[in-house]
Amino acid sequence: MTELARNWTTNGTHRVPYWLYTDPETYVQEQRKIFEGKSWNFVGLEAEIPKEGDFKRSNVGETSVIVARDRDGAIHVLRNQCAHRGLQVCRQEYGSTRALQCPYHQWTYRLNGDLSGVPFMKGVDGHGGMPDDFDRRDHGLKKLAVARRNGAIFASFAPDVEPLESFLGEKMLKLFDRVFNGKPLRILGVSRQRIPANWKLMFENIKDPYHASVLHVFLVTFGLFRVDNPSRTEMDATGRHSALVSRRGGDRTASVATQETASFREKLVLRDPRLLDIVKEFPDPATVVMQTIWPNLIVQQQANTLATRQIVPAGPEAFDLNWTFFGYEDDDESMKARRLRHANLMGPAGLVSLDDSEVMDLAQRGIHCDNTGNAVVEMGGHGTEDHDHIVTETAIRAFYSYYRNVMGL
Amino acid sequence: MELLVEVEALYARYAEFLDEGPLAQWPSLFVEEGSYRAVTRENVDRGWPLALMLCESRASIEDRVYAIENLALTIPRRVRHVVSGLMIREEATGLVVSANFVMFETLEGGSTTCFSAGRYRDVLVRDSEGALKFLDKTSIADAALISNSLVIPL
Repeated sequence: MTELARNWTTNGTHRVPYWLYTDPETYVQEQRKIFEGKSWNFVGLEAEIPKEGDFKRSNVGETSVIVARDRDGAIHVLRNQCAHRGLQVCRQEYGSTRALQCPYHQWTYRLNGDLSGVPFMKGVDGHGGMPDDFDRRDHGLKKLAVARRNGAIFASFAPDVEPLESFLGEKMLKLFDRVFNGKPLRILGVSRQRIPANWKLMFENIKDPYHASVLHVFLVTFGLFRVDNPSRTEMDATGRHSALVSRRGGDRTASVATQETASFREKLVLRDPRLLDIVKEFPDPATVVMQTIWPNLIVQQQANTLATRQIVPAGPEAFDLNWTFFGYEDDDESMKARRLRHANLMGPAGLVSLDDSEVMDLAQRGIHCDNTGNAVVEMGGHGTEDHDHIVTETAIRAFYSYYRNVMGL
Repeated sequence: MELLVEVEALYARYAEFLDEGPLAQWPSLFVEEGSYRAVTRENVDRGWPLALMLCESRASIEDRVYAIENLALTIPRRVRHVVSGLMIREEATGLVVSANFVMFETLEGGSTTCFSAGRYRDVLVRDSEGALKFLDKTSIADAALISNSLVIPL
């Protein structure tokens, strides 16, 4: 038998081995070291569960969790697994309840995860029942650590994880607070898609502004994202989080930036221009900020569409992308209509993001049976520093620097 | 009975333009102020207005078609719409029509899969020439989870 253990043999991260996107053992290690490790996983928005007793299903890595708002206003994140025989306790995506009950033997849990009821615990007419040393306190739903910031909810399997604020770091926290600024949020809806590709390709896609300026003809044509727009690519101190910040250029004429974009269409106009009826709503001049937060969140602001995208791995070669589109409670009707209209750019049928889900499918097909090859990640050099432009793959290199560290690869 | 035949003919055309083409003819089945929405049952049930595709005029339906044909990068595919069980009710606003739909998808080189199943909730009116057209078409998909990308409208 030949040794199957994988090694990332090259130095640095300007080469990424293709087995990283297909290897089952690596996938299992990622669940344990990354998603169940010392990280804050995004699990939802408070506005999804506005009232006491409201709950939603979510995931930390592949693991199903319940996010519930208790009567005292506290939010609990619980592993969705009965302490008795391992069943999924919660079968609804959203709901409202006083208690969580497993359907099999009706073990009942409080919204904080405590086991409150076990049928026939004391037996019937002196028969059966649980042993004397059975203590309900030892058999609650597994409770995760919870952090909340301005309406966003994060959870962690690691009780000793650092505070969310230091986990994000000063620079990323500031960008996070730009959208999550403390104003109450209004949910506009959710979209879910299963993308047949490794979960890391989703992060790479958002951390790669190089592709956006060539692949996304829609973005380029309407100046929403172009290499000659004033832009920057930046990371936190560890490299695990990143942000692409850019400003829409007013000039739609051809330039060096579009000469190399084969399908740039200078004269294209929308028949219904309301699709790009953009209103400035943030104090800074940026018109697009795409933030990736380790290990499972993308925060999107493009035009007036705001959304979180949660990455849920589904085996080495697939993941679910759960989008939650939102606005603010104080949006007037025209802003609400605008956000819904701009949502056409994003989601499973997005005029922009459609290109990405299709490209990720093609990437996985290409990588699928290659156990020895490497991706070339050299745009903008070999380093992992911030850049004041977007002709770079530096954020991908920074991501994998941190990834190698966590995975011990 | 004549009305049912007329409505059936409109839905047959709808499927023909989306499945066999030309896709550019699909917007002609809507009146100028017509709207199209593809939504999921999950959002409808929760009262959330988000659409997968939202076109609020025939012009924006034409923009969507242009983008599908010229701007988007997509793996080549065929789709097939099957519509059944038309229910028709005459109201002041127009004909309120509902029906089941199934859309199959065949990616080039792959086998056929059931991409989506759901319910149409539509309002039909007559245009200036008396032809039945969509004033409002809402395609409600039963599944919240989309298999990769929604390219051709439901």
